[in-house]
Amino acid sequence: MTDNNKLLEVKNLKKYFNLRGGFLFQKSQGTVKAVDDISFFIRKGETFGLVGESGCGKSTTSRVILKLTAPTSGHAYYKGEDIFKMNNHELFKMRREIQIIFQDPYASLSPRMTVGDIISEPLEIHRISDKKSRISKVKELLKTVGLNPEHINRYPHEFSGGQRQRIGIARALALTPKLILCDEPVSALDVSVQAQILNLMNGLQKEFDLTYLFIAHDLSVVKHVSNRVAVMYLGKIVEVANSEDLYKSPLHPYTMGLLSAVPIPDPEAEKQRKRIILEGDVPSPIDPPSGCRFHPRCPNAQEICSKSEPELKNYDLSGNEHLAACFFAGKPI
Amino acid sequence: MDSTDNNKILEVKNLKTYFYTDGGVVKAVDGVSFDLKVMETLGIVGETGSGKSVTALSILRLIKQPPGKIVEGEILFNGNNILDMNIRELQDFRGNRISMIFQDPMTSLNPVFTVGNQIMEAIIAHRNVDKKTARIESYKLLEMVGIPDLKRRFTSYPHEFSGGMRQRVMIAMAIANSPDILIADEPTTALDVTIQAQILELMEELKEKTNSSIIIITHDLGVVAKYADRVMVMYAGKAVEFSDVGTIFYKPCHPYTLGLMESITRLDETKREQLKPIEGTPPSLIDLPEGCVFRLRCRYAIEKCRKEYPPFVEIEKGHFAACVRAQEFLSGSLSRVKK
Repeated sequence: MTDNNKLLEVKNLKKYFNLRGGFLFQKSQGTVKAVDDISFFIRKGETFGLVGESGCGKSTTSRVILKLTAPTSGHAYYKGEDIFKMNNHELFKMRREIQIIFQDPYASLSPRMTVGDIISEPLEIHRISDKKSRISKVKELLKTVGLNPEHINRYPHEFSGGQRQRIGIARALALTPKLILCDEPVSALDVSVQAQILNLMNGLQKEFDLTYLFIAHDLSVVKHVSNRVAVMYLGKIVEVANSEDLYKSPLHPYTMGLLSAVPIPDPEAEKQRKRIILEGDVPSPIDPPSGCRFHPRCPNAQEICSKSEPELKNYDLSGNEHLAACFFAGKPI
Repeated sequence: MDSTDNNKILEVKNLKTYFYTDGGVVKAVDGVSFDLKVMETLGIVGETGSGKSVTALSILRLIKQPPGKIVEGEILFNGNNILDMNIRELQDFRGNRISMIFQDPMTSLNPVFTVGNQIMEAIIAHRNVDKKTARIESYKLLEMVGIPDLKRRFTSYPHEFSGGMRQRVMIAMAIANSPDILIADEPTTALDVTIQAQILELMEELKEKTNSSIIIITHDLGVVAKYADRVMVMYAGKAVEFSDVGTIFYKPCHPYTLGLMESITRLDETKREQLKPIEGTPPSLIDLPEGCVFRLRCRYAIEKCRKEYPPFVEIEKGHFAACVRAQEFLSGSLSRVKK
């Protein structure tokens, strides 16, 4: 690794799930290739966005990085060390520095624990400070995320969705992590509250020098927060670029279709826009299409697309990186 | 609203739908008035719990009673009050003159009947036709909504369909009797963006073909900007602003609408800057603040806002707002922050 700024680097990561079925003998019924050979890196201090539609493997990626589920193959280097080769003790230590915020603020907090217990649990597990100073630490964290420290003894059901997501963020911050994996942190929230949480996350990033992996399906949110963005389709990364470049001049036809599908909240602009509607559904990851996985839906598809798989290649000659996996990258659709 | 306009197909006047729960009375819809014109698409926007869906359900009288009850108001369809209909008239009316598409295509189809059967049911229920005609008609409908491989799909069960395809089936059912009004309650929220675009385009196309009106309920302002002709903004069970789509987006006169416009992230904006969220959270519908319901989150709140809820009045032709300072926004003496 030449770039010392890389905090996390994922190489050739694969995660397959075996489908078993049947009554007695649990025959294998195929393999879901949820994540199929993806590579990317995240620089220190940046926000790396990962977008794609449901089932494209975004969330699986975040789970595998934390080794919450074991990878099928591949590597993930955190500060140069392979996470998948770590022993339990090393993993335990690593997880202090990588935390996760989940999508559903209703399901990710235990209803039987008070807010104080929820936020101090990571501190307890990692044996940080005694009980008394833990309480003051929790109060401080509550203040940091914009909640009233006096609510420390309340239960999650007493809070609204946005406030619960703040609790989730406070829990993730408790161990002063370096990297936070944010798995759709705002998609369950209303717009006005979404903006509050996005601003909070932005502020915290500056204050604590955090690095984010930001997973979402909402392209406008990802654009707003990310420095660089990767687009996933059916377990593959199809395009990676700086946020501005990706949105201004997308190279992969899937990215173009995705961007075009999002209606802009501006009636005049929307009237003038020409939309491209991608036809068909996302195919099943159990038996993905041959060659380029996007070819059955791609308006630009040629014979070669169904035969061989395009590699991620750099198309930016100015020194930046703009990767796309398409034989006809940049061709308008 | 202007009653000389014969163009109105639906008129809702001072609708109040309350739910009587153990915790108290939930005023889910509290005095909402609007109208729908022929061949118009009306967007209803608002956050979770603002009363959008309950408004739609009230129009079709699908509110479960108890705990719910439509306590006041009129819902005039071509001049006839839906709230006065008896059960037979109502059954004749639902799914025939006004039909509805629900948010979740996974749970709104019956899993034990084939898709073809369910569409035929909708036709037979309202028209005096035999099964054969209904079958031919269903084929046509499925073709219209773009279901491929018709022969096989007709006898498939809902679980064999993807989310987008199920929503297409729902739409086929909804338009089976060419209704005058189609109410779509978050029709694409459960779908991916590329599928969402397909479904919305389909609805737009069908509206042109069948000359119907659409009420689309959504929290996605992009969808509203693209498809709606007029927009009603709801907050805590009340309509706070109602006008044509351009006015709502470019010169909103209610601080809540203004706040919504400022807090959204946009694909076409170039700079990455801080968003301007609306501070705080929506109030509990059981325990609404006195005066204006938005007062506690409002940047423009003044003493007057504490006292009474501002009436929903026409501040300029076709533009309604419920804010004591709406006139100031309109005249420009109170500046809206530039977008």
